[in-house]
Amino acid sequence: MISFQSVGKTFARATAPALHDVTLQVQAGEVFGVIGQSGAGKSTLIRLINGLERPSAGKVLTDGEDVGALDAAGLRALRRRVGMIFQHFNLLSSKTVAQNVAYPLKVAGVAKAQIGPKVEQLLERVGLGDQAHKYPAQLSGGQKQRVGIARALANGPKILLCDEATSALDPQTTEQILDLLSELNRELGLTIVLITHEMEVIRRVCHRVAVLDAGSVVESGDVAEVFLHPQHAVTRALVADAAGLGAAATPGALRLTFRGQATYEPILGRIARDTGVDYSILAGRIDRIRDEPYGQLLVSLVGGDVVAARERLSAAGVRVEEA
Amino acid sequence: MFANINWADIGQASLDTLVMLAGSLGFSVLLGLPLGVILFLTGKGKLLENGPAHAALSFGVNVLRSVPFVILLIVMIPLTMLLVGTSLGVAGAIPPLVVGAAPFYARLVETALREVDKGVIEAAQAMGASPRQIVFGALLPEALPGIVAGATVTAIALVSYTAMAGVVGAGGLGDLAIRFGYQRFQTDVMVVTVLLLLALVQGLQWAGDRLVIKLSRR
Repeated sequence: MISFQSVGKTFARATAPALHDVTLQVQAGEVFGVIGQSGAGKSTLIRLINGLERPSAGKVLTDGEDVGALDAAGLRALRRRVGMIFQHFNLLSSKTVAQNVAYPLKVAGVAKAQIGPKVEQLLERVGLGDQAHKYPAQLSGGQKQRVGIARALANGPKILLCDEATSALDPQTTEQILDLLSELNRELGLTIVLITHEMEVIRRVCHRVAVLDAGSVVESGDVAEVFLHPQHAVTRALVADAAGLGAAATPGALRLTFRGQATYEPILGRIARDTGVDYSILAGRIDRIRDEPYGQLLVSLVGGDVVAARERLSAAGVRVEEA
Repeated sequence: MFANINWADIGQASLDTLVMLAGSLGFSVLLGLPLGVILFLTGKGKLLENGPAHAALSFGVNVLRSVPFVILLIVMIPLTMLLVGTSLGVAGAIPPLVVGAAPFYARLVETALREVDKGVIEAAQAMGASPRQIVFGALLPEALPGIVAGATVTAIALVSYTAMAGVVGAGGLGDLAIRFGYQRFQTDVMVVTVLLLLALVQGLQWAGDRLVIKLSRR
């Protein structure tokens, strides 16, 4: 659906390129996350997808079109098929909620008679059916982002771009907005690309993730894999913030990763009993990556047959790593 | 106390001032608003960035703004004759008033447009809006309170310009104040005209402020 082919971007008068040799593929129907610290190039990357920025090198293909090669009219046509939401919502403060959602429909030349019912339906979809005549200043942050989502969906896009869409929201509201995005992904088959600096956002909604550092992709893949077994230092730092497993490393400690149903089974206790091993849990977390439960424990094993215990754990589907 | 006051003269002068003000404000907005929009759009990093056009317009605006209004009144006489057939009276005052005020208003419009959140413009671009759709659908509605506030400031500046327009025989309250109040030492005429001008300025500011509050949705 979206393809970056050796894409580079250098801004005029900048010393270092904002993006360097970025290659990645976003499949139709997936939620793809791009994570990185401030200044890593995330904003530039997402703006290349709908041509708000043009690549200095390489090619960006969005829905089959070479974004860098489109003229102004072609670009406008593409943008009507790609919705975008923003960290600071970017709603028109002078217009009501309904008028904000109507704006992209007017832009696309939708007949006046169709705009009213369409707006109503979009606002229903994001749970704001009763707020149509309020102005953005009268809404909470979460409601404003819902308006942003309704507006982005107005022309029935295939792709939704989320530019730090939850970074200005409190944790509870973030959760609600992420749930809404997941729903839209499932129900409409919407391809979503989101950028964020929070691993929690990636963990909750994304299928796949790319980690961006200083303009380059340093790691990418399945979210569970990247989240549970980060390879690059930057990824580790981002995950450690979210998982709380980074700091507690002790010599000889093991990191056990349980996934799926194994998370809820008494594997560790049973194996410890059978092999005479004592264990102490140094740190741990049991949670979900999207819908899949996982547990990750940092344990130290003492006494008994540690080698046998490790083998039995591996055999039971638990991933065992030196911490 | 008011021995020298001829209320009919005062009434006529007030009317002249109001007509000059309304006429020149109308044309100033009509010319200054598009000029301000073009100044903004051709600026660096803006939707229709065009360095040479922006520099030329900006220079033209600065030239007109740096000519003292009294000089402009006189320099404009041939053009005024051409436009309205006379350089005298209320009609003769309006062209120089517009040429003096429109560039000033254009700058205020440009400033008001610069205050519009860049994110809002980016969002409109991301929807696939054309520059025209962005200007009329997003930029102008968002900047409307600032554009109205600018018109208020321009109207008040025009009130003081109309006083100077007396130099070309335009009439109005300022003219009355100079000819009777100052040149004939009729202090009472001076006091009354200044009070009327004060009331006019107060009224304009009050109405402008009310309108801005009504239009602001932030």
